[in-house]
Amino acid sequence: MNIHEYQGKEILRNYGVAVPKGKVAFSPDEAVKVAKELGSTITVVKAQIHAGGRGKAGGVKVAKNLDEVRAYAKELLGKVLVTKQTGPQGKEVKRLYIEEGCEIKKEYYLSFILDRSTSRITVMGSPEGGMDIEEVAEKSPEKIFREVIDPLTGLMPFQARRLALNMEIPTNLVNQAAKLMIGLYTAFVEKDASILEINPLVLTEDDRIMALDAKFNFDANALYRHPDIVELRDFDEEDPKEIQASKYDLNYVSLDGNIGCLVNGAGLAMATMDTISYYGGSPANFLDVGGGANTEKVTEAFKIILSDPNVKGIFVNIFGGIMKCDVIAEGVVAAAKEVGLNVPLVVRLEGTNAKRGKQILNESGLNIIGTTSMAEGAQKIIELVK
Amino acid sequence: MAIYVNKDTKVIVQGITGDTAIFHTKQMLEYGTKIVAGVTPGKGGQVVEGVPVFNTVKEAKEATGANASVIFVPAPFAADAIMEAVEAELEFTCCITEHIPVLDMVKVKRYMEGKKTRLLGPNCPGIVTAEECKIGIMPGYILRKGHVGVVSRSGTLTYEAVLQLTQAGIGQTTAVGIGGDPVNGTNFVDVLKEFNEDPETYAIVMIGEIGGTAEEEAAAWIKENMTKPVVGFIAGQTAPPGKRMGHAGAIISGGKGTAKEKIKAMNDAGIEVAPTPSVIGETLIKVLKEKGLYEKCKTL
Repeated sequence: MNIHEYQGKEILRNYGVAVPKGKVAFSPDEAVKVAKELGSTITVVKAQIHAGGRGKAGGVKVAKNLDEVRAYAKELLGKVLVTKQTGPQGKEVKRLYIEEGCEIKKEYYLSFILDRSTSRITVMGSPEGGMDIEEVAEKSPEKIFREVIDPLTGLMPFQARRLALNMEIPTNLVNQAAKLMIGLYTAFVEKDASILEINPLVLTEDDRIMALDAKFNFDANALYRHPDIVELRDFDEEDPKEIQASKYDLNYVSLDGNIGCLVNGAGLAMATMDTISYYGGSPANFLDVGGGANTEKVTEAFKIILSDPNVKGIFVNIFGGIMKCDVIAEGVVAAAKEVGLNVPLVVRLEGTNAKRGKQILNESGLNIIGTTSMAEGAQKIIELVK
Repeated sequence: MAIYVNKDTKVIVQGITGDTAIFHTKQMLEYGTKIVAGVTPGKGGQVVEGVPVFNTVKEAKEATGANASVIFVPAPFAADAIMEAVEAELEFTCCITEHIPVLDMVKVKRYMEGKKTRLLGPNCPGIVTAEECKIGIMPGYILRKGHVGVVSRSGTLTYEAVLQLTQAGIGQTTAVGIGGDPVNGTNFVDVLKEFNEDPETYAIVMIGEIGGTAEEEAAAWIKENMTKPVVGFIAGQTAPPGKRMGHAGAIISGGKGTAKEKIKAMNDAGIEVAPTPSVIGETLIKVLKEKGLYEKCKTL
């Protein structure tokens, strides 16, 4: 789960991490009010959307007075921002972050992520701040430094100092930087983050080390123990079909094709998309109903697929292990009857209780095309949506 | 022979009193797995499907001589269950549970350092040694005893591959699901080493997916060490970047972990990669024929 920059900075403040003063605003009036309260000579008006690359896309404005704050707020609110992370359709700006400006002497990069090959959290730092870290990794990988963190001890001050020195943070500020890094790590662990990226981390003219941006991503599996984080979820930033799916614990990803897919298991769901593409079709979605699906979940899954106007046909591909085929079949029948099935449906059932599943489909009276293999099913549905 | 588990493996079901666990305990017993005990804290003394339930893993092990366990405990308590199995010094534990917080698994891995237990999973379908021992949730009837080892990050794709082999008369030694989480106990390389040393296994099917670098590491290991033919498949060739595809570990992030990179690494290591999952079996048969192993692998 992603949150906005202003929410991330609020969390960081609670962990003693230095961030500039600022507050969220939903209207130009509010923006001016916040700027007045801040009373800084320079005020930054930042568009709040769940995507990086805002600065380059014109989503970050520097205002020299309150009139400019109002003008920029008016300009940005309601604007569709297209950054390299939003895709061509862009994202509408509905919230602004009004922040005191600071004079920057130097920019750095800092992030905490899971390193899968060591199974540990790793902090990554670079003197090359403010730019895309992937770009740095490609052009000058020697400028990226890492410290692997032992979960037993947490990030040790000596590791943080070593990283700060490698990042070319001035020697007299290394302890300040180390304290900030430990604050970040503590926030990461206590809130079950999966990514915490500070780009840029800055050195100000008055010799302070500050987090000028904060990109948080949280482990969806740990949200049950963080009701405070769940509250920060902004539904405006998500695909409505994906929101609906998440309510029923369905793994759903919207795509732009015309063949709806209902599959059990993430690997098989991906492979189903791959197979449809391989035979020249185009999947409308990734949908994994998971292991513990019941009739209600499958019914919802079906409704979500059918709510996509692009869907011209549906391919149900089930290989039952923990998932029982008869449960899927009952869900398919219930959903099709409830929402009224008006597109072709190809179903392949294999595995636990497959026979009973097939029987349920046959006895339903619905127009369902059975198939025995994934490849055959994919080709059948492609033919039917033509 | 086969790997990790066999007809002598004695299994404890952790979380045996849950609905899913009861269903699969029954299935495992029907397959012939020696399920000797169950554990649910606070429910010691009960009996599930004829299996005695204990309060702790240690108690269950001491009473029954169990050397392995399978975990069906809900995600918030699963890390604790794994550590309990490790502390009881079981040789093998397999965690089926999905949705365990990543940082819980980071702690588990740290806890396991220097300990003797092998962990399979979490978020995995388990392991089956054909016609001997089924631990987990795989539909056992699709396997036939034979000479091909299967290892996969995906449960359903494992079934897909195994069924194709069985239908083509190619039996299996062991099918291993390593799970779809970014932090897991057993990786491709661990399983490949075992298959390489197992005299009964003549060839291997390896099924990977987008995210991480486990397939690349496996390919590098295969290139240096593997003496047996390997064929593969990678799921997620059409997955959009930055989106988590069902499995917590299946995500292309920062342009890394793409199917393309993995297929290239595998091809470079001499692994034939099937273009679609429907032809994994065909691809293996083709390779077996090339290597003169087809007749030896044909079990029906």
